[in-house]
Formats: sequence, C-alpha cells, structure tokens
Amino acid sequence: MRHYFTILSQEIRALLFSPITYVTAVLFLLVMGGIFTVILDDYSKQAQEVSPAVNFFASFWIPVFFMVPLLTMKTFAEERRMGTLETLLTSPVSTGEVVLGKFSAAYLFYLLLWGATASFHYILHVYAKDIRFLDSGPLLGGYLFVAVSGLLFVSIGVLASALTRSYEVAAILTFTILFTLIFGFRFLGQTNAMNTEFLHPFKSTVEALQIFNHVEDFAHGVVDTRQMFFYVTGSVLTLIFSVLAVEYKTLNS
Amino acid sequence: MAEIPDITIEVTNLRKSYGPLSAVNDISFKVRRGEIIGLLGPNGAGKSTTMRILTGYLPATSGSVRICGLPVASQPEETKRFVGYMPENNPLPEDMRVSEYLWFRGRLKEMPRAKLRSRIDEVLELCDLKRNRHRIIGRLSKGNKQRVGIAEAILSEPAVIIMDEPTIGLDPHQIIIVRDLIASLRGRMSVIISSHILPEIEATCDRVLIINSGRIVAEGSPTELRHEIFGHTSYRMEFAGDATALAGHLAAIEATLKPVSIGEPDPDGFQVATLMTNSAPDLGEALLTGLPTNGYRIRSLGRTQPSLEDVFLAATRRSWDARLPDKKPLQGDNRAPLPKA
Repeated sequence: MRHYFTILSQEIRALLFSPITYVTAVLFLLVMGGIFTVILDDYSKQAQEVSPAVNFFASFWIPVFFMVPLLTMKTFAEERRMGTLETLLTSPVSTGEVVLGKFSAAYLFYLLLWGATASFHYILHVYAKDIRFLDSGPLLGGYLFVAVSGLLFVSIGVLASALTRSYEVAAILTFTILFTLIFGFRFLGQTNAMNTEFLHPFKSTVEALQIFNHVEDFAHGVVDTRQMFFYVTGSVLTLIFSVLAVEYKTLNS
Repeated sequence: MAEIPDITIEVTNLRKSYGPLSAVNDISFKVRRGEIIGLLGPNGAGKSTTMRILTGYLPATSGSVRICGLPVASQPEETKRFVGYMPENNPLPEDMRVSEYLWFRGRLKEMPRAKLRSRIDEVLELCDLKRNRHRIIGRLSKGNKQRVGIAEAILSEPAVIIMDEPTIGLDPHQIIIVRDLIASLRGRMSVIISSHILPEIEATCDRVLIINSGRIVAEGSPTELRHEIFGHTSYRMEFAGDATALAGHLAAIEATLKPVSIGEPDPDGFQVATLMTNSAPDLGEALLTGLPTNGYRIRSLGRTQPSLEDVFLAATRRSWDARLPDKKPLQGDNRAPLPKA
C-alpha cells in the first residue's frame, strides 16, 4: 500500500486540473440549490410534517445520476486511451493500489461537493433565525447516507470506466447501472408480479434493496447496519471487479 | 537493491499466442550487463509483445523470462523495480508539467524524496530538458516528449532499460540526440531498443536480434551478421588490362575469388569489376600487389559492405522462405533453418 498515497495525490491533482470537475461542481451546486429553494418555497406556503432536510436528501438521486459519471468516467478510460495505463502498470505498483487510489480521489470529491451543500442549511439557519430549521438528526443521518451510499455509487463508476477505453461509454454505463440500482428495484418492488406465491421469497430481498427507503430511514435518524453492510460490501465487491476488469483487459490487449 | 548480476535478462523458449495467432514463437536470448541490444524486425514481428512480456505487463503463454535472476512471472513486483520501460508511441499525461511527471514517476518507483530531487535535475540535464522542466508535456515538441519518455525510463537508474521504438517520428537531428543519449548509457545499464529503422540500430547497438514472425532469424553484432547472412565479401575494382585473363589471375591469389561482373572500358581504358570471395580476411593488399605483377594497372579498389538493410532484408526473406514448408526448428535451436544457397 506504499504507493496508495502517491496515486491518490496524483488523481486529486488530475481532478483539480480537469475542467470536467468544475463543470460537475457548478452543475451540482446549481441543481441542489434549485431543489433546496423549491423545498423552502413549499414550506413557506404550508406547514409540512417533516423537516426540510428529509425532503432535501430524498432527491439525492438527481445529482447522483450526472455527478458520479462525470467524476469517475475518466479514471481508467482516459489512461487506457492515452496508453499511460501501460507505464503505470509496469512500475512496481499493484492493480489494487491503482484502483483504490483512483476510487478514493473520486470519492473524496463526491464527499466534498455534498459537503458544500451543508452551507445551504447553515444559510437558512442564519437568515430564518429559527432553530427548528437546523434539525441535526436528519442532517447527520442524511449526510451519513450520502457518505455510505457514495461508496457504492462511485465504485460503480470506477468499474464502468475500467471496462472501456471511451469515457462516453463509461459515463453512459455508469448512468445505466445507477438508474437500474436506484429506480429498477423500486419499480420491481411495485409490480404486482412480486406478490405472487412463486416470487414471494424475493419480495423481502427487493424490499431491502429499496434505496429510497434507505434514505428515508437515514434521514429520520434510523441507521440500519444491514443497509450500511449492503453499501460497504457492495462497493468492496465492485472494486474487486474493477481490479479484475483492469487486469483482464491488459491480458487481452 | 540487490547486486546486479552479469546476465541481466535471460529469456528461454518464450512463446506468446493470441488464440490461434502466435506472436512470439520460441525466442531465447541473454543480455549481459551494460550491453545495448537492438530488436529489429518488420511490423508485427513480435518486438513489442516480447518487450511487454519482459516488463511484466503481458504474461507469456510459455517459457521463462528472468530479469536480474528473478522470474518475471512469479515475482513481477520485484522485477519491475529493475526495469525502466518506455512503451511504443511514448504515452505521457498531456496535462502535467515535466518535473511534476518525473516526480510522480519517481515516487511510484520508490525513490526516496531527497534522492529523487537531485536525480530529477541530473536526468533533465542528461536529456537536455532543463529549459523545459516547467512546461506542460502536452505542449512540448515531439522530440522533447520523446526525451521526457527516456528521462522517465532512466530515472530510477534501473539495471534494464526497455525502449520500444524510441526514435519513431523524430527528425534526423533529434534522432542523433536520442541516439547519443542511448549510447551514453552503454556500460552502465542493459538497454533493449526496438526499431525498424536500420541505421539507428547499427549506430547504437552492440548486438542485434532480427525477429521475424515471432522468431529470432539472426543474431550477432552488425559485422557478424553481414558475414553470417551473406557468407561472402565483395570488392569493387577499377583496373586496366586484359579482362579475359583476369579470372585466372584472381584464382591464383585466392581460390574462391572470382569476378562477378566486368564493365565496359572507359576512355582511359579502365574497367569496373565486381569481385566476390568466400574468404573473410581482407584481400586488398594481395590484390594490389598481385595484379600489377601480371601487367594490370589498378586505379581504385574498395571493399563493399552490405548494409544492415541488406542483411535485414536477406534475413527476413530467408525466414519467410524457411517457413513455407513449415519446418520445426531443431531442439535448442531458435533460428529458422538456413536454406542452402
């Protein structure tokens, strides 16, 4: 693991120097700011049951769909296209270190951008001068959800990038997998077919994989270790697949 | 780092196949410390594949590669420490500065920070990149990029340097600079370079391996190769005298010496003759003293050297001919069998 920090700092540098990062950041803060304004607008019209933070985190999927592909699409696809993957892998580093370094850099940026949205809540608190708006429970739970689910989302992006040399393909692949993961299971859970006797054993599995239920639990302050376990093991598995993908692709290059 | 042994690269019976296509077919060779080896071959001969296997980037189908005594297949992390590699087309990150890139690569190659700083200065000096150290790699000229690639390869002072076509796409002036740079490594590091540009290899390499269709078809120093492939030496002579009796007089000097062609006499009565012999020693003096005693006048005499280009063409054609009946090479013989001339 001695090269991990070398690769991590190199990747962070690459992200900082890439215009895509700034486009992503601006787009993300714009969209999140817009969502937050709309939520506040609703609250100003009539009383709501939950704190604004709960509604805010329920729309986590909107930024995830464009932000994760934009942050991760270049990780391996770019190196493979440029040929620098060959120089990287012929230096005494293991593929695992490379994958982990690239993943960590993208994940750090993911956290950083989400972290910037904390200012929304702070600004609201300062201007509204009402302690109820800065409800610490949903905020902590919500950001915990973002941090934990981000592990899986970003690792999916890294895997998609490791599978191809074109980053357009990587971005679309990431979007597709994320869409299936977030909306596919929701759709599956709502179909009538799931209520049949035959598929009954799967019903609870599909129920447990409802990411929208997870975010609601987290935002209400319910931290379920089963959900944490799902995201952490999911991301570890995805990263292992990324290592295999990188090695498999070089074997056949 | 362990003591560097005398044999830095040892390749035995290396094979690599991509499905039914075999890219490298039973190659064996050894490289001694400080030697510069040229891999020569037409496109698709297996040069790049061989080099990639040496660096541990690609696994071999069978056979073994040892770098500084360690097997690449089972200890890739250790052997990669001994190797500086510049891949084909010299891929570099476009958006980094030269010194940043070298720093990053040096850290990856496990060089301590204090040593790395002075080593980068040294390498930049060596590759004449001092003025460009703060420039962005993507904006450098092709020659400068190539030198950045070479600087990166020699950065950690590895025992083995592998460069895949280091001079491709450079102008003649830049080629000379790169060639001198490679020659300056002689004696300290083992260098393998590949090329299909022949004067390149001839100027820099101690030993040449000619590869065709995944096999070594000829091996040796440029001079040895000339003799091995052609097996004869030819002379060009301008003489005046009796052309018909020339063959007899020549045979008296050396048994296999015979005129191949004799041109028309020019106004001064001199004719150009091409002579050929199987003997390796130089017959120049014997000709210059022997022929005038027989009444010939000689205006000029020269030994014509087949260029490495001829050697290369002959060797690759030979291997092509040899492959047609698909003869298997004999045990322990990695060359295609020689057709008898």
